[in-house]
Amino acid sequence: MQNWFENKRFFWATMLAPTVWFLAFFVAPMALVWAYSFGENAGPVNIAITGTFGNYAKAFRPEIIQVLSDSVVLAFIATLICLVLAFPVAIAMTFADDKTKSWLLLLIMLPFWTNLLIRTYALIAMMRTEGFINFSFAFFHNIAVSLGFNLGDYVPMELLYNKSAIVIGLVYVHLPFMVLPLYAALDKLDRSLIEASLDLGAGHMTTMWKIVVPLALPGIAAGLVITFIPAMGAYLTPDLLGGPNDLMIATLIERQFKRANDWPFGSALSFILMYVTLIFFALRTFFEARGGKVSAH
Amino acid sequence: MPDNLASQKKSSVVKDETIIKIENLTKRFGKVAAVDDINLEIKRGEFFALLGPSGCGKTTLLRMIAGFEVPTEGKIFLDGVDVSNIPPNKRPVNTVFQSYAVFPHLSVFDNVAYGLQFDNISKSEQRDRVMAALEDVKLEHLAERKPDQMSGGQRQRVALARALVKRPKVLLLDEPLSALDAKLREAMRFELTELQDRVGVTFIMVTHDQDEALAMACRCAVMDRGRLMQLATPSTLYEFPANKFVADFIGSVNMFEGKLILDEPDKAIVEVEELGGKVFFDHGVLGAEGGQIFVGIRPEKIELIKRTKDMKKPQMEDSPEDCNVFAGVIDNISYLGSESIYEITLDNGRRMQVSRPNLSRWDQEDFTFNDEVWLGFHGDSPVLLQN
Repeated sequence: MQNWFENKRFFWATMLAPTVWFLAFFVAPMALVWAYSFGENAGPVNIAITGTFGNYAKAFRPEIIQVLSDSVVLAFIATLICLVLAFPVAIAMTFADDKTKSWLLLLIMLPFWTNLLIRTYALIAMMRTEGFINFSFAFFHNIAVSLGFNLGDYVPMELLYNKSAIVIGLVYVHLPFMVLPLYAALDKLDRSLIEASLDLGAGHMTTMWKIVVPLALPGIAAGLVITFIPAMGAYLTPDLLGGPNDLMIATLIERQFKRANDWPFGSALSFILMYVTLIFFALRTFFEARGGKVSAH
Repeated sequence: MPDNLASQKKSSVVKDETIIKIENLTKRFGKVAAVDDINLEIKRGEFFALLGPSGCGKTTLLRMIAGFEVPTEGKIFLDGVDVSNIPPNKRPVNTVFQSYAVFPHLSVFDNVAYGLQFDNISKSEQRDRVMAALEDVKLEHLAERKPDQMSGGQRQRVALARALVKRPKVLLLDEPLSALDAKLREAMRFELTELQDRVGVTFIMVTHDQDEALAMACRCAVMDRGRLMQLATPSTLYEFPANKFVADFIGSVNMFEGKLILDEPDKAIVEVEELGGKVFFDHGVLGAEGGQIFVGIRPEKIELIKRTKDMKKPQMEDSPEDCNVFAGVIDNISYLGSESIYEITLDNGRRMQVSRPNLSRWDQEDFTFNDEVWLGFHGDSPVLLQN
């Protein structure tokens, strides 16, 4: 077959539409926002691009740094919890028979097909003071009281509007991002390696730690990055589940564009978020290349 | 029957003790019996082969011996101990996997040492044993290599060393040569038998390749659809197949349905309609009366004699007149160098295969296409087979 890249007319016939789309709706707006980040407000709707670095300098104020580092820490904790929860799920999917496997996959994917807002409100319904979790605890509390335990009145737990609520929400939303790459890596694993380990006298736990986990490392790395990046940029989850002072970077950006009407600063923050993201991507690529080098020789 | 031919055979380490005894072993997957009521005994120090077409249950049987499958019914005894329900990591049995299953993230040394960390021996002894095992498979110079820097043959040696270093009572080999190229495979056959002889461990090999099994094993168990068809030495399998399946699976054979018309202690005659004549046996075939019987003749046991127009039908010197000689025409010739295979169409249209060694450099010129020939064989050549 002729190489389609070499047939210029065919190449441009197919690539023209996506190229125009990409330029008009991705490159141009990004360039605009990038330009804004070096600008200053000149009136309520006008922005003068003055080439100032002031917006970036503003981002280094302690309260902004705090929001940035909170974002990184919360996203990181959520990512680690995702890893711990997703690994057994991925293992179960890998070793399930074909029918069970597709059901498990469906269960993992199902939340994806549900609106994020609905899922988040569902979570709020579970976790609020009159929610199902507190209700269940109250139920068992009252049973214990009626059995003669002197526990006093049930005080509902404050599960919402704090940092743990954000982490729970982030884990809930981003778990599939972790399960899928892990599953992809584990599913590729040659089963006879596990059998060989057992055959040589290793127990199941030893086999897990010495054979399965090391060989799944590329998948684990991919899962960490793919989960961490959207978790760090999450907007809806921290906005709805967090308290008034539990800001994450996306909410901060939104406030600049809306309430504060400071587009230049919002633009600068957007690009800072993107640079941080790119750094994590670069790290992943670096480790992947290193891993690839080890196995390529 | 010459089952004592076993003594002629390769391994000098075979002892007359049973190391593995398999009793009424059955494994069902759903309704299908992959292994169906198998009984067999394997001797200590033997090189044993499980031979059969794909899907015959040989791999399932091997996996039950290794512990990866739990028998549905029946028992496996290893050195007198019932191991049927002991998990693989607690069995003194090790496996060389078909894909070798060398751990890609560990060096050759660490691969071989992997199994020893569970054996409660000192680090220095571990080291010594790993190096000795690597020497056994001639890999001591590659101890620090990673598996992906090695050829398939080298990785197989790692797998061998890794299994043997555990000093198993039985070493299981799953299609050990199937992933190697033809030349290496040939060399590995000798190397494996030589290694087995040296280490004295009982080897059980699964293979679908009859040449491999015949060349390497002391004894072979031929399996079909989960059942044991025959357990014998390679030469017994070839020369005295117990049934139609074995005759057909091991080597090539000309097979005809027939009717027993004479059966005496020292001779027998079978009328074969497909051949349009009678086949004479110089021995009795006791017990074959009644039911469907078949006559099998190996291609190399048939002689070709040039036939001219007015020539009288020749007679084989040890057979009665009109037996074991049939007329045909050469239809096709496969010249294979060391031998030639002739496809011959008999007068009644039935085709037969005859092979003839090219002992002299001119032998292949004796016969050519469309030559009219007589096919003759001696009274000790045909075998009587039942389903």
